[in-house]
Amino acid sequence: MMTDNILEIRNLGVRFQTDTGVTNALNDVNFDVPRGKVTAIVGESGSGKSVTANCIMRLLQPPGKIVSGSIQFNPSRTEPFDIVAIRDRDPRIYELHGGLISMVFQEPMTALSPVHRVGNQVSEAILCHRDVSKEGAMAEARDMLRRVGIPNIDTRIEMYPFEFSGGMRQRVVIAMALVCNPEVLICDEPTTALDVTIQAEILTLIKDLQAELSNSIIFITHDIGIVAQIADYVVVMYQGRVLEIGTVRQVLKDPLHPYTKGLLAAIPGNVPKNVRLSTIATAVGDADITTPFPLKSVGDGRLVSLP
Amino acid sequence: MLHYVIKRLGTMVLTLAFISVIVFVVIQLPPGDIVTSTLERMEASGMQASDEYVQNLRARYNLDKPLYLQYLNWIFNFVQGDLGYSYIYSKPVNELVWERLGYTLLITISAVIFTWVVAVPFGIYSAVRQYSIGDYFVTVVALVGLATPNFLLALLVMFFAWEWFGISIGGLYSMEFRDQSFSIPKLFDLLSRLWIPGSVVGMGGTAVTMRILRANLLDELNKPYVVTARAKGVKPIKLIFKYPLRIAINPFISTLGLLLPTLISGEAIVSMVLNLPTTGRMLLQALLAQDMYLAGSFLMLLAILTVVGMLISDLVLAWSDPRIRYE
Amino acid sequence: MSEVVLEQPPKAIPLETPEELNLLTPRQLAWRRFKRHRLALISGVILVIMYLVAGFAEFFAPYVTTSRNVSAINAPPMDVRFFEHDGTFHIRPFVYGYDLHINEHTWAREYTENPEKIYPLRFFARGETYELWNLFEGDIHLFIAENEEGEGYIHFLGTDQLGRDVFSRVIYGGRISLSIGMLGIGLTLFLGVLFGGFAGYLGGWVDRIVQRMIEVLQSLPTLPLWMALTAALPAHWSSLRIYFGVTIILSLFGWTALARQVRGRFLALRNEDFVIAARLIGSGQNRIIFKHMMPSFLSHTITTATLAVPGVILGETALSFLGIGIRPPIVSWGVLMEQAQNYQVISMTPWILYPGLFVVIAVMAFNVLGDGLRDAADPYNMGGQ
Repeated sequence: MMTDNILEIRNLGVRFQTDTGVTNALNDVNFDVPRGKVTAIVGESGSGKSVTANCIMRLLQPPGKIVSGSIQFNPSRTEPFDIVAIRDRDPRIYELHGGLISMVFQEPMTALSPVHRVGNQVSEAILCHRDVSKEGAMAEARDMLRRVGIPNIDTRIEMYPFEFSGGMRQRVVIAMALVCNPEVLICDEPTTALDVTIQAEILTLIKDLQAELSNSIIFITHDIGIVAQIADYVVVMYQGRVLEIGTVRQVLKDPLHPYTKGLLAAIPGNVPKNVRLSTIATAVGDADITTPFPLKSVGDGRLVSLP
Repeated sequence: MLHYVIKRLGTMVLTLAFISVIVFVVIQLPPGDIVTSTLERMEASGMQASDEYVQNLRARYNLDKPLYLQYLNWIFNFVQGDLGYSYIYSKPVNELVWERLGYTLLITISAVIFTWVVAVPFGIYSAVRQYSIGDYFVTVVALVGLATPNFLLALLVMFFAWEWFGISIGGLYSMEFRDQSFSIPKLFDLLSRLWIPGSVVGMGGTAVTMRILRANLLDELNKPYVVTARAKGVKPIKLIFKYPLRIAINPFISTLGLLLPTLISGEAIVSMVLNLPTTGRMLLQALLAQDMYLAGSFLMLLAILTVVGMLISDLVLAWSDPRIRYE
Repeated sequence: MSEVVLEQPPKAIPLETPEELNLLTPRQLAWRRFKRHRLALISGVILVIMYLVAGFAEFFAPYVTTSRNVSAINAPPMDVRFFEHDGTFHIRPFVYGYDLHINEHTWAREYTENPEKIYPLRFFARGETYELWNLFEGDIHLFIAENEEGEGYIHFLGTDQLGRDVFSRVIYGGRISLSIGMLGIGLTLFLGVLFGGFAGYLGGWVDRIVQRMIEVLQSLPTLPLWMALTAALPAHWSSLRIYFGVTIILSLFGWTALARQVRGRFLALRNEDFVIAARLIGSGQNRIIFKHMMPSFLSHTITTATLAVPGVILGETALSFLGIGIRPPIVSWGVLMEQAQNYQVISMTPWILYPGLFVVIAVMAFNVLGDGLRDAADPYNMGGQ
């Protein structure tokens, strides 16, 4: 039987061991990613958003190490499996990468190889997963690039990434991620490095493509405004823990955890004019946000880490 | 690309012009010249040279003209292929240098090949298995290789080949081929012996190249585009070869250009120790005897060899890295 | 020529709070980073020892360079022993004297140990008289070997074809080879900062000329040119003048990499805020250059220059080996190996290659030390990580 959740993350723990000591990057992280929806993970830098994404992709690099938990993956195309449990050389990893789950990275400037042509880089993703000819793959790549809005496709496809603007490169990265029609798309702050106007275009593009392809999206960001625009569900993370989970409406309208309240209070535009914008810390005040209380259900499918 | 090639050729000609001036100055530096040293020897053997004889001698070697005219004369003839006359061998320089230069080129090329064949796999291994025992071992060998003077290495190789295997590795050909005229078996004999001077000359450069490749590759391996490629499902081996290596190899090609002067320097001294019929020994003789045309030709030809080699490496680099080509 | 990049996995250091780190001066931070390069630290210690021994060569060497032991010509290295052949233990280490045989087939001299001749080592003992740095007379040596009758000799790296002690000559040779390295980097640094500074600060046509000059010099095969220049040094010059001549020649081509670096730093710094600020408050040009710009990269430049030392040492060795570098009676490591021109000589007396071992050690130590220093002094590597 197929569940409603494409990913179910349970008790995920990640530790970074360096010479300056041991850091627990993730502690007992639990959340689900509903199928066909956009789930946003929100938090400051260092809260463990990207580490979580890397765990799902099995891209976590040493010194980072998964020390506990499971990530149950329920794709519709193949048998479900636990991403944490499979070995490094398991062929399912390569299927996972780009085939079942793909990722759009923060820096479109550096996420593309500078010495390979754009068409080559996009079609390679197809060649990695399907048994098609190079020409066939190139044709599909061209198709995908057109769908993400690259103009003058015939000349562009032969160009190198350094001849593209930042927004165009991010479109290429998105094309590369979606060309094999993955079930999950992880967007790791895909708009942070872009201009505000370009940001809006890229967001619209991701939203439109999601509506079209109906894949599940994990959208990592620290920008509440973007969350409001794009997400269905929100996971709030802080210091490697999940503090609050709910629908966008629930969390943004009626935050339960003091940290979420602080986060929302620190958004420009959320306060009346002439009132000084508070920092997250002052907004949180004396409330205890560091004690790791387990998530508890508070009805309506909402979960919050409170005593 | 054509634009780039033309620009690069222009710089090369300019560089060579500069070098020709340097070479000319250097061979003019020693006090005295061929004539004074000839006269000294004549006097030592009790002969007296008449003023007229001295005049004639000076005129014959153009020594009676001002320096800049001597230079122009020399470089003009040089460009036309007339390298002048060697007075210690009493032969035109053209008859002396080309075969030797050919062997120098041959050994330098084999040193380059040795450098690549050794440095690329070990450099990759060292980077991919960073901090492993193998990496440390390769590092230590590279350090020692870099610190060992070429001639010492040549001496050691020769010594151990003699002590352990009883073979004499001096010379480019085995004993039985030495006096034969050119033949296919002789060619094979040459090729089978070439790797010894090649590896000795290439040792230091191999160490450097390997470390540079390792450092470049380590840099590249941590770049986001490698993660992107992994994330789209590229398998590990292809991941290293198609992406980071492709970029790490670029500075590597330009290193080859920087390496050439070192290799040609190394060849000069190693060939003297290993008794090879290349430029080293004859250049030294020519320098000590102030045989200016011979010495000048050697210096100039070695410089041309280096500069052309660097040009080729730059063009290869431009071909492999679009960022340079499109500059 | 170039550098070997040597890193090590970051070593655990006692944790300090960021507040404590902030209190450290740049120099202290650099020292902390340097200490983490364990190999570089070891190399530094090795080099300090080598320079000390070479500096006080007269004291550390049991013999002076010209002293000959005619009863030991081309004699092999001796073993320093505590036990006699019959097992008797001596608290004072000793060496056996040589016995000379002439091989009946080859007529070669062959030396064997003679267990009858026991020469105990004496430390801080009076031996040959010398003049330390041509200034102070003395006769105290770190060690000599002498029995009760005042007879004895010690050659633990053997002797050469004139019966001179190889060990002593290696020590004296180190004085020349190592000091050439130091003098060489002094000159290299001077030329590099001069040309690089002019090019970077003035820019324009000066920059273009210097750039072109660097390109030309970098595309020359150095050894043939060194050969040409040293061969041009007049034969009648004294060894000392030759020594300085060779040093200058070796530095003439070594400054290019350094000049490039200095030029780059100057170019980058010209537009840095703190330099513009200095200009805006009316600092003079000299003040800007020497007070603001130079200090921010000079330590890094100096340490980078360390990496030029091996090239100078190797160059001297090669030239002297060819007989056109340092000339006797001054000895350098290269001069000492000059006899080893073919394998007949080497297979008869392989110990004359020992100076080469010291070249390798010194060059290796400089390479590793240079890497460590460069990383430690890198102003862009301040985090301490």
